[in-house]
Amino acid sequence: MEIKLKINGISKDITIKEGEYLQSALKRLGFLNVRKGCETGSCGLCTVLLDGKPTLSCSTLAVRGIKKEITTLEGESVEVAKFAEVLTDEGADQCGYCSPGFTLTVIAMKRELESPTTDEIKHYLTGNLCRCTGYMGQLRAVKKYMEVK
Amino acid sequence: MFTIKQHLMAQSIEEGYETLVKNRNNLILGGTAFLRLGNKNINIGIDLSNLELDYIREDENNIEIGPMTTFRSIETNKLLKENFDGIVAESVEEIVGIQLRSVITAGATVASKYGFSDFITALLSLDTHIELYKGGVMSLETYLAEEKVPKDILVRIIIKKDGKKAAFKTMRNSKSDYAILNCAVSNLGGEYRIAVGARPGRAVVKIINNDELMNNIEAVVDEMKFGTNMRASGEYRKMIAKVLIRRCIEEVK
Ligand SMILES: Cc1cc2nc3c(=O)[nH]c(=O)nc-3n(C[C@H](O)[C@H](O)[C@H](O)COP(=O)(O)OP(=O)(O)OC[C@H]3O[C@@H](n4cnc5c(N)ncnc54)[C@H](O)[C@@H]3O)c2cc1C
Ligand code: FES
Ligand code: FES
Repeated sequence: MEIKLKINGISKDITIKEGEYLQSALKRLGFLNVRKGCETGSCGLCTVLLDGKPTLSCSTLAVRGIKKEITTLEGESVEVAKFAEVLTDEGADQCGYCSPGFTLTVIAMKRELESPTTDEIKHYLTGNLCRCTGYMGQLRAVKKYMEVK
Repeated sequence: MFTIKQHLMAQSIEEGYETLVKNRNNLILGGTAFLRLGNKNINIGIDLSNLELDYIREDENNIEIGPMTTFRSIETNKLLKENFDGIVAESVEEIVGIQLRSVITAGATVASKYGFSDFITALLSLDTHIELYKGGVMSLETYLAEEKVPKDILVRIIIKKDGKKAAFKTMRNSKSDYAILNCAVSNLGGEYRIAVGARPGRAVVKIINNDELMNNIEAVVDEMKFGTNMRASGEYRKMIAKVLIRRCIEEVK
């Protein structure tokens, strides 16, 4: 099936298999930062932004991306660099496998929530699993990046 | 992993329905988050996402939810926060993460009568009707009572705005895990609707009135069946049910 997807502001014509998921289509197009962990909708690794909303690309059919703005890590280079710096400062970067999905969710959260509480931050970030950090360093970094106490 | 032979972007509900009943292996696609966990061989996957079925709106009497509305929209919607003490919005809050809630849909959850559904339990404590394209409008209770899931399309969820006070509680081993038990209670003028779900079977509802209230939690729970699965035993669930129901009642008294 031939479809047109707009990824990081650029329209692309692509051929997908019937029933193909966005994650595999994006990976085929070379967006290797769109990762896959659990493939069951539980880990958040495959997160992309669809019209700015954090969405699981492993559980969203590629056709549902038609006429929407799809954003991967590559499309948010300025914010990604900012957040990466704070994250590293807090010693919260380990293997980095969870980083793309997590970082995109944090960026969306910054745009959506105004001065969130710690509980609101945790609520927004639930569903982003990280095997390495224990989350505490990440939370410190997120709060710094969000400029909240 | 499931397979789809052909993907159909339906141009109308009628077209969707016609296609659905044509072949046993034709299926409606909701958010497809759940479908993908199985290994169905779908002949035609019927996509309703172009039909503007993603809405939450109100008229004088009801709040209506379209089948393609995502749980994230339900969670953040103002109407649903302001009515029924916010329990409809609250019931979906702990389902995995916002990324999944941006995918999964209200219609699929209700149409499939999932036993683990937190959303169905909240709806069942309210005066909720559903509309099937062919089957017409019926109470959610009636819909759930029928064992089979009909070959039909759920086109609308209708909740009566009757000013019910309501409370919702769920017990999970950890946030974002499936519920061990969930419970919702509403009160309108001394009539209490007590809904319990994740038993782990399909949600059920009992109606009692003011005079029989507190002494009767025991009796209400005795009439419900509680099963055992990997998350908890039936016995444990029964004890939890009493506590959650009492807490809900205290909030809506
Ligand atoms: C990892 C994970 C964890 C979850 N945890 C919870 C939880 O804790 N609590 C909870 O309540 N739920 C939970 N869910 C389930 C979730 O709430 C949804 O019920 C489920 O994902 C189905 O929604 P969907 O939109 O993905 O449906 P799909 O997978 O697209 O469809 C499911 C079924 O519904 C049918 N269908 C879809 N739309 C219609 C329609 N309009 N009319 C008739 N039939 C239709 C499909 O044909 C299919 O048979 C979880 C799901 C996942 C993947
Ligand atoms: S790979 Fe998509 S949620 Fe885990
Ligand atoms: S840093 Fe390793 S998974 Fe998060």
